[in-house]
Amino acid sequence: MRLTLTEEQEMLRKTARDFLTDKCSKKFVGQMEEAETGYSRELWQEMADLGWMGLAFPGKYDGGDMSFLDLAVLLEEMGRACLPGPFFSTVVLGGLSILDIGSEEQKQEYLPKVIRGEKIFTLALAEPGYRNYDASSVTVEATRKDGNYIINGTKLFVPDAHIADYLLCVARTKPRKGTTIFLADAKNPRIECTVLKTIAGDKLCEVVFDQLLVPSADILGRLNQGWSAVQTIIQRAALGKCCEVIGNIQRVLEMTVDYAKDRKQFDRPIGSFQVIQHYCADMATDVDSARFVTYQAAWMLNEGLPCAKEVAVAKAWISEASQRVFALAHQIHGAIGVTVEHDLHYYTRRAKAAELAFGDADFYREVVASEMGL
Amino acid sequence: MDFGFTEEQGKFRQEVRDFLEEEIKKGYWEPACDAWVQGFDQGFTKRVADRGWIGLTWPKEYGGQGRNHLDRLILTEEMLRYGAPAACHWFGDRQVGGAILSFGSEELKKEFLSRIVKGEAYFGLGMSEPGTGSDLASLQTRAIEDGDYYVINGQKTWTSCASFSQYFDVYARTDPEAPRHRGISEFIVDARSPGVSRIPMIDITGTEAWNDVFFDNVRVHKRYLVGEKNRGFYQVLHQLDYERSGMERLMGNYPLFDAIIQFAKDKKLSKEPEVRSRLVQLQIEFEVGRLLIYRVASVMEEGRAPNWESAMSKAYCTEFEKHLAGVAMEVLGPYGQLKSGSKYVPLRGMALHSYLGSKGYSLQAGTTEVLKNILATRGLGLPSS
Repeated sequence: MRLTLTEEQEMLRKTARDFLTDKCSKKFVGQMEEAETGYSRELWQEMADLGWMGLAFPGKYDGGDMSFLDLAVLLEEMGRACLPGPFFSTVVLGGLSILDIGSEEQKQEYLPKVIRGEKIFTLALAEPGYRNYDASSVTVEATRKDGNYIINGTKLFVPDAHIADYLLCVARTKPRKGTTIFLADAKNPRIECTVLKTIAGDKLCEVVFDQLLVPSADILGRLNQGWSAVQTIIQRAALGKCCEVIGNIQRVLEMTVDYAKDRKQFDRPIGSFQVIQHYCADMATDVDSARFVTYQAAWMLNEGLPCAKEVAVAKAWISEASQRVFALAHQIHGAIGVTVEHDLHYYTRRAKAAELAFGDADFYREVVASEMGL
Repeated sequence: MDFGFTEEQGKFRQEVRDFLEEEIKKGYWEPACDAWVQGFDQGFTKRVADRGWIGLTWPKEYGGQGRNHLDRLILTEEMLRYGAPAACHWFGDRQVGGAILSFGSEELKKEFLSRIVKGEAYFGLGMSEPGTGSDLASLQTRAIEDGDYYVINGQKTWTSCASFSQYFDVYARTDPEAPRHRGISEFIVDARSPGVSRIPMIDITGTEAWNDVFFDNVRVHKRYLVGEKNRGFYQVLHQLDYERSGMERLMGNYPLFDAIIQFAKDKKLSKEPEVRSRLVQLQIEFEVGRLLIYRVASVMEEGRAPNWESAMSKAYCTEFEKHLAGVAMEVLGPYGQLKSGSKYVPLRGMALHSYLGSKGYSLQAGTTEVLKNILATRGLGLPSS
């Protein structure tokens, strides 16, 4: 048991923090929210050159041979910077899923594209009218025709689909529970993409498949058996979101404490009032506990240990802890914190989006219940 | 980061579990809430000592095992899980021994550590006074030098385990002229000394939880001064950091936690959405608290004294314990009001005991308010109020 980062991870953290402080100002984040693409190609390439996309992939695909725990550190820094763009989609949802279940041929073909930052990937999973992540609620259908598959239907909340080169599409291939993951060419004109207007200003899309033809060779993993792979993908994605949130709330704690030290009322810093001190203490407790539950689950995932309960505890806890942190951060910041003149709103909006992504607290509480045998 | 335990740690945990299960099987004691502070069983303490499990982290030259803080955490975690009656040795093992080790003279170490380790010296604390709670530096008990002795006069209160204590770790004012933080000293006082008397205090559960302890011209030889004269306040802060650091703040009521989940399963209450969501929330809070405590142990392993880290974990964990007791009462419904020994009482009355007893958890060893002050000022660097 060792609850601190390794020296290597500390270095990675420092490099990432310095780079993002320099390249990812809040002004830039704001611009990207307004921009149609939502990211900067130039910054994307620089990140690839730093080896970030390839960090957690094996060396034989040109990856950095580092672990999911190292990636967690990087995601935390990205959350701290509110980094816009398709890193999460491409690496966590796309690349790592291909590494999990792709054939050797598929890995050879696609992973170097992820790692070099050449192509953007994402996952099309959720659908309209779909609340919880379970196999029976997938309605987008892939029907077999002449050795190929034809996909029809609508996916929702697909991150970065408007700029993606490839979509991992979860589709029904058998009535009831048979689902399969397809790797589709996102630029195909049979796919129509509409960017939604979201709380975080990130680019979540509606994706409509109209008679899209996908060759059988582009099935990722096993036919009809896709759901267990999807569960692993959701688990990792939920954990990845937790990492982003930790970075997010850690920064918000620091901003709030700094503000409480600076801001004077009644001739003294408001941080000298006990009620403000206790608010800050509560925030710090939520931030630290969020970090430990997340890293515990990430460590287990990395070690290949069963971690359904730990992931669920982390996401359920963080979804609520982050809301408590923001309630207090806004209260302490006072009115300036609810304006766009202050940076706090970037964090507030992103944390809410992360809370809703890949299962909310209620969803994961039910997972914990079944793990407890209730 | 590494959240795993080594094979050796795993074996040690199993060894402790086997020992405790064997004890229960033999009918030596029944698992109970708060047994770490209310379960007095000299035989148990002796058997634990025989295994070398008291003073586990202390140097071998004083009878300890020289093991690390994680091993000790594993040991105490299992003691609490099984609700073992460890009160005779708990305070000596947890904090007074550590204080002697950190600040005491060689003579004191030789005299007391080996006896604590053998389960032959039981300690109580003499910190709070009737007018001195959170503001410990305001204490009024006096110790006046008289040749080779100090003469102590005053009253201590909220002393846990006092009826069984053979010694008290007493803080008294030795320099009334000095600024109040700089005029306090720490003494080990033999409970049999002439002039020491105790009056039990019954807590809200009906248990003798504490004593008032009176010191009436009690003569204590100078060799029982712990550390430097007038440095007692700084020593007690150090000791309190350790007092707050452990699993007892999360797991003091573990037998109830275990039992209420089993009860809900057996009675099919766990399928009811309200009960289900309450139990799940407890489980999540428990896992979070456990990691906050392991963080404290990992701070100690790095060779640092835990400070705001143990303030954080203690403030958090006592809330968990209160929450646990509240949920247990709700799940039991009207049966929750039945006392131990009553007809129809569920879970041996543990829920009622914890529900009432838990009101005190966020007061002892630093109120939650004081702990949050510590976290805010020392942990986050906010200015003192």
